[in-house]
Parts: sequence; C-alpha cells; structure tokens
Amino acid sequence: MRRAFDLLLVVALAILLGFLLLPLLALFLRVSPGTLFAQLGSDVALDALWVTVKTGLIAHVLVVGLGTPAAYLLGTRQFRGRSFVLTAIELPLVLPPAVAGIALIAAFGRRGLLGGKLEAAGITISLTQAAVVLAVAFVASPFYLRQAIEAFASVDRALLDASRTLGSGPFRTFRRVALPLAAGGLGAGSVLAWARGTGEFGATIMFAGSLQGVTQTLPLAIYAQLDQDQTVAIAVGALLVLVSLAVLVSVKFLPSWTRFSSA
Amino acid sequence: MDALQLSLAHPLRSFGLELELEVGAETLALVGPSGAGKTTVLRAVAGLLHPQRGRVAVNGRVWLDTERAIDVPPERRSVGLVFQEYALFPHMTVAQNVAYGGTARAAELLESLGLTALVRARPAELSGGERQRVALARALARDPAVLLLDEPLSALDAHTRAHVRAELREALGRLRLPTILVTHDFEDAAALGERIGVIVEGKIVQLGTAADLIALPVSPFVAEFAGLNFLRGVARARDDGLTEVVLEEGTRLLSTDPGSGPVGVVVYPWEVALALEAPVDSTQNHVRAPISTLVPVANRVRVRVGPLTAEITAASAERLGLEPGRTVVASFKATGTRLVELG
Repeated sequence: MRRAFDLLLVVALAILLGFLLLPLLALFLRVSPGTLFAQLGSDVALDALWVTVKTGLIAHVLVVGLGTPAAYLLGTRQFRGRSFVLTAIELPLVLPPAVAGIALIAAFGRRGLLGGKLEAAGITISLTQAAVVLAVAFVASPFYLRQAIEAFASVDRALLDASRTLGSGPFRTFRRVALPLAAGGLGAGSVLAWARGTGEFGATIMFAGSLQGVTQTLPLAIYAQLDQDQTVAIAVGALLVLVSLAVLVSVKFLPSWTRFSSA
Repeated sequence: MDALQLSLAHPLRSFGLELELEVGAETLALVGPSGAGKTTVLRAVAGLLHPQRGRVAVNGRVWLDTERAIDVPPERRSVGLVFQEYALFPHMTVAQNVAYGGTARAAELLESLGLTALVRARPAELSGGERQRVALARALARDPAVLLLDEPLSALDAHTRAHVRAELREALGRLRLPTILVTHDFEDAAALGERIGVIVEGKIVQLGTAADLIALPVSPFVAEFAGLNFLRGVARARDDGLTEVVLEEGTRLLSTDPGSGPVGVVVYPWEVALALEAPVDSTQNHVRAPISTLVPVANRVRVRVGPLTAEITAASAERLGLEPGRTVVASFKATGTRLVELG
C-alpha cells in the first residue's frame, strides 16, 4: 500500500519534470550544436543581442539608480500612504504585458499624455530604442524594488541608530552600514530585474516595435525569425535558456555570499 | 554645575513620560519594569527620538530645546550609546567597529579593554562579554561628553554576567563621565550606579543611593525591585510603645517604628527566619502559610511563604526539607520591621 503510494509520487514528479524539461532540451537537440553556434553569429542574432544588452544596461542603470534610494526610503521609514505606494509598485508585476504596452503608448505614445508634449518639443519615443528602455524599465523595476525594500527593511534599525550616534550623518550611515548589509538582497533583486528585462516581449513589441538593429531584442528576434529561419529562432532561444539558468543559479547563491549574522 | 541636565515630556503607549534629571560626573542607574520609558530617556538624550517637549543640555551646550526649536541631530551630539544587543556592525571587524566613530582613541581603547587580540574578529565570532567590551570601546572612541548604556548586561548569560559587571564597574569608575545606565535589574543598578532612579510608568518615583532605596522604599515597586517585602496595612500605636499593623488579609504584625493609618511594611528577606513550628524566641511576628515557590540564588534560596519572601541558605532549606506546598512559619523581629507612611 505504502509502496504503491510512493510510486505514485515518483511517477507524478517524473511526468512533470519531463514535461518541463523536454521543450528546453528540444531547443538544444533539434539542431546540431555547430548550427546553433553558426546561427548565433548571424546578423539578426548579433543585432538583437546588441540591442538587448544596450537597452538592458540603460534600463538597469535607471532602475537601480532610482530604485535603491526609493527602496531605502520605503524599507526604513513608516509614513502615511506607504502601503499604497508599495501596492502601486507591485502592480506592474501582475499586469498583463499587453496592458503594460498599451499603457506606455497612452502615456508616451505620439498622442499620449506626455508623449504629445515631448513630440511638440521634438522628442519622439515610441518605436525608438528609448521606448525599449522604458518598456524594460517599466516591467523590470518592481522586481528590483521588491527585493531592495525587503533587503533594507531587514537591516537592524539599531545599526542605523548606532551609526548616527557614532557621528555619521544619514548619507554616511546609508553608504557604510545600510548598503553593505543589504548588498546580498540588492544583488539578487538586480539579477532578477535584469532577467525579467531581458525576457521582456509584450510591452516592447507594442510600444517599440520590432525593427532589426534598433528595437528588436532577443525575444522579439525569436518571434520575427519563427516564419523566416527557425534555426535562428532556436539558436537565440537556446542562448536565453543558458542566460536564464545562469541568473537562477546566481540568485540562489548570491545572498549567501554577503549575508552577515549579527546574532 | 551638573554636566547633563534633562527634562522630558513625551507620550508613550498608555502613559506619559515626564521627568527631570541632573547627572554629574557619576553613573545614574535608571531601573524600572520594561516599558516604563527607560529606553525612551536614552533615545531622547542621544537624539534618536524627538520628545514632544523637553530640554537636554550638556556642559552648558543645548542639544534639545523644544521651546526654542533646537534639536541637534544625533551625529552632532557628543554621545556614546551602548545598545541593548550592542548593535555591532556585523560586516566590520572589531577594529573597524571601534574606529567607526573616531580613530584617535581607538588603539588605546582596544588596548585598555583587552581587545587587542580580537581586532580582526567579526562580531559573530565574539562571546557576549567580548561584544559588550567592543560596544563600550566603540561608544567611547568618539570621546563622548555623555555615556548611555541600555541594559548593558541583559544579553549575557548568568555565568558571564557577574564578571562583565565587575569589568564595567571598573571601566565606569575610571571614566568619570556623566553616565545614564538603564536596567531592569536592581542588583546591576546597585553595583553600577552611584545613584538609582526608579522609574515607573514614565515617572521617577524615587531617586537615591542603593542604601537609601533599601532602607526606605517609597512604593511597592521600589521594594519589589530591591527584592524586599512590601506589605500594605493599617497601623495603630499600642500602649507599650510598639506599633501594631493589621495587614490587608488580616495578619497582625508588630514594629518598633512609629506610625498610624495606612502604611507600607518593609521586611528584608534576609531577616525572615523559617521554621516548621512557631519558634519560642524573641521574634514577635509570625506568619504561618504554605510555601508557594523556592528559587535558588547562588548559595541561597528565596522562599515565598504567603505574602512574604524569605532568603535563607541552601543548607538550611535542605535541612528543613522545604518544598512547595509545605506549611511553615516565617518569623521576624519587630525591630526588623520598617514602616513607611502611605498617607
């Protein structure tokens, strides 16, 4: 009886694992490794890689640069409206990508809320690389903020107080105590946000389009190559699987590098 | 002139903190139950809390004056604060922790507090007593005008506590800084503080030396913190010159102290003798009741008998076969029965 039950558990796991891994393995098995490498060197793949890295980096600088001080404020102070702000920040996490896309168009599109004024000033955002950056930052920032807020909130307040009584002002306290102690969480959040940004598809294709060498990122290249040269699509897909795996592994191990026990 | 002058008013959960203190080059121990507002006092002096009303001045320099809208931020007050759990920076070594506030005296302090061998260690690798010394060294490295200690011994186990307390006492004696020490332990307060302020629900109910407090506690709280018996009753002068006190539950006691009307009766636990039968001797006060608890304290045992606590040697407790539930007679002399008017 018990053996039969154990067997049932193992079979369920085996089926699930097979279902999850088969498609991923298929990416590497459908075409030979030689072809994979060759296709990664194609213009489409290289252009997409360049666009992805460039827009990703700019978006990341924005997300981390603005997100870190914002998260410090939210993680260490109590104020009226704080829970409202926290909820607002998490909204893009659950928003369907298509909604994110149309929302960005409504705000920054040619006839959008802000886009119209920018247009009058001679600045066009939609269908440019700036649009890719905005779309990536929009969907990725909650991932960083959530982790960063939690990382700062878990820094013992007494340590920040101690720093102040030891002669350090608020900025030095942030730099020398809060930042190093939150570093593990900030790193994990940063990697997660980067991964989410790299995979961004829906909002980008709506708001920025899919122009090779300008706005076509790796996921968009997969979609574009689907009915042209599937081996390119598969090669790019395989590359993204490896990148995702690296992200997952680093997130699992990053926090433990920099965690200190204060007990 | 007193080095630290302090007056504070700040609402806490269910009562208001309201006190005035002057602390010279001495250690003032604030004792009281948890939540009485002791830590709030330290945080207000350090500038980590902004009291509703108050004034804090040190050596004539004003750090806080709510009336004149003066509130100097913590980093510009000259305060050394030792936090309850020490709050050492976990990502820094002992040397970096101590040098965080100032490097001028760091080496000298590491040396004088016996931390030289530990400079490269991180806080997680230290024992409780070592952490306490690092926290003290770090607080002193800025050469503060005022030293504040928040429950400096509560994070230690009983074994290291007595040792660390002796070390701290010696260090405080050398420093001669205006020091406020907060504790919920009367023994710590008596060992470390030249004066003791008993703070209950935000107010100082008694301020004096440990001897003052033990001799004449003004309230049951003070007596309880000092580990004394404090019983309430009504006193009446007798014709023979003694005072008779009828306790709330009906027991009659005699005292050589004068008194009338509502009084507090103070009896020192070490003056209460226990016997299995009422003794035939010079003691005039006898309370017969079952034992409710026996708590060993070092080589003594504190025995709770009815409303009284008696402190006897462990050997005597064993000889008499004392155990909870057993009825005994607690005896003490009328000359050892202090009366405090509660008018």
